[in-house]
Amino acid sequence: MSRGVAYYILGRFLQSVMVLWIIVTLLFLLFRLAPSNPLASYIDTTFTKQQEAALLARFGLDKPLGEQYIIYLVNLLKLDLGDTFSYSGKTVLDILGADLPNTIYLTLTSLLLAYAVGVLGGIVMAAMRGSMIERVGTTFTLMTRAAPQFWVGMLLLTFFAFQWKLLPSSGIGPPMVRYRWETEWDKLMSPVFWRHMILPTFTLALYLHGLPLLLMRSNMLEVLDQDYVTMSRLAGYSEWRVMIQTAARNAMLPVLTALTLGIGYSIGGNVVIEHVFSWPGLGRTLVRAVQQADYPLAQGAFFLIAVIIVFMNFIADILYSLLDPRVGASAQAQVS
Amino acid sequence: MQQEASARGEPAGVATMQFRQGSAIRQLWETNLEVFQRDRMALFGLCIFAVFAIVAIFAPQIAPNNPLTPLKNNEGDWIKDAMPYWLAEPGEDEAEGYTNTFLLGTTNIGRDIYSQLIHGSRSALLVGFSAAAAVAVIGTVVGLLAGYYGGWVDAILMRAADVAFGIPFIPFIIVVSAFLDPSIWNVVVAMAVLLWRDTGRVIRSQVLVIKEQAFVSAARVSGASNLRIIFVYIAPSILPLSFLYGSFAIAWAILTEASVSFLGFSDPETISWGFMLQDAFNSLALSREAFYWIVPPGLCIMLTVMAGFFIGRGYEEVLFPRLRRM
Repeated sequence: MSRGVAYYILGRFLQSVMVLWIIVTLLFLLFRLAPSNPLASYIDTTFTKQQEAALLARFGLDKPLGEQYIIYLVNLLKLDLGDTFSYSGKTVLDILGADLPNTIYLTLTSLLLAYAVGVLGGIVMAAMRGSMIERVGTTFTLMTRAAPQFWVGMLLLTFFAFQWKLLPSSGIGPPMVRYRWETEWDKLMSPVFWRHMILPTFTLALYLHGLPLLLMRSNMLEVLDQDYVTMSRLAGYSEWRVMIQTAARNAMLPVLTALTLGIGYSIGGNVVIEHVFSWPGLGRTLVRAVQQADYPLAQGAFFLIAVIIVFMNFIADILYSLLDPRVGASAQAQVS
Repeated sequence: MQQEASARGEPAGVATMQFRQGSAIRQLWETNLEVFQRDRMALFGLCIFAVFAIVAIFAPQIAPNNPLTPLKNNEGDWIKDAMPYWLAEPGEDEAEGYTNTFLLGTTNIGRDIYSQLIHGSRSALLVGFSAAAAVAVIGTVVGLLAGYYGGWVDAILMRAADVAFGIPFIPFIIVVSAFLDPSIWNVVVAMAVLLWRDTGRVIRSQVLVIKEQAFVSAARVSGASNLRIIFVYIAPSILPLSFLYGSFAIAWAILTEASVSFLGFSDPETISWGFMLQDAFNSLALSREAFYWIVPPGLCIMLTVMAGFFIGRGYEEVLFPRLRRM
């Protein structure tokens, strides 16, 4: 790794920190927009004025805005996201800490499945360009990207959970079983958990496979035009060897970058699927927190999702600069 | 949702975009004509939009009932969960004291599903086209200014794009919709605030190429002002790109509006397809296997979104010929 690359990485890192700071500030301002008193759901009508004031003081809401902002930043740095309004006695971090693994399991499994199918499908589509199969295949993929995820989820639920009663309809496991999982490892080793994961994973993967497939297809078409591919054809290599070894390897790079970006954006975008399948993850918690006016929890979930996205954007940039010699340490990486 | 990564397929082809010569209006007209002449799917997409637009305009005339009013039978009770007349048992309606004329049945509180479907086209097209216009306009202006001026203008605008790329899209729209009064315009505003980022970046990189061309220097030498160069000389060449991103933005906007309504953050007085699906989901239509309620709104969303994709891909194939099917 040259010094230029090291400088580039450091620069990108500082830039990501700046971006995150601006997002956090916007988040702080956004939540001051909230229509009702942030404690409206917390305060009982029987509270006296003193009790209300004490409560406001406990959450630091009686201080001037500037001071609140400083406290907020300091607390974020200490990873103290505050207490929730709606789950008594639990901190925001407790709730999010329990949700995050579920979201990660769902997202990563779906992404791996989607990218495996997508990359292979893209190669096949490129190899069969112009054929009937390619036309039907690409149209099907476009349909999966156009169909709302929650609707696909609803249809799958109707068939597999309600009509044929093959798979569970919601959650990560029946309550009795869930209480027996003491660690994440126990959960991952439990067949019940995986059975609950089938439908949401399939729904998400069906949606996600479109991007890698279309990307791979168009990259392959681009690469197949290049001289070195013609050369290896002329050298007498078999068509499949040309396709896989020469073309596909070079067409993979943008797909890898898309995968890295996809991890971040899927974690933030799973909201709808988690809602349909009552999957106890970050997205469902965010929706519930907003509905119940539990602002610390909503803010915390939003913050965590933003951190993940910014971090994955950073990783994607670095990957791109390391893997693509043309980018290197130059400012070209900006032209994405 | 993966939409941040955009459906456009690839960033690599940008450098191979084809330019046209000639007057601004003519260039644009020729490109648009070529898109719909060359690409049958793009034309098909345009037809889908045209049909839904007609339905949306004449919704009150086409829909047999008010989409929000629960219908009542002779005894004054709600006609709950009526099956479509072509699925219902004959004679069941007379026994219940009403005449079943419902093409898609009724909801659990007796609203006419077919009428809701017709009225739903209004929110979808309204949100789709206004959000797309906002995204395309903001993205184009940002891209033009950043690419042309460079320096600190570029730095500030592109850092703003970085920030927009770091904000989770659906969570942001949920929070904004929850804090403002429920209205479909929240989705439009929230989308406009975030989604200009893709368009802005791509158009900026395109402007970087165009501003080095001879006709731009010629304009500068002949004394044209910066703004004139940007909007009269450079803008027409990149407008087809704005159309491309605008077409995809229509699709994303319709999908996003559906998701936000489905999650329950839309105005309950405005019928949309996402709202219908939320209604079906919450009233357990799934366990009753009420396909006549679940399938039609989703199909409509899918059709309109695909129309946006088809048109976007049509532009892509004309602007970036290397992607063309061989």
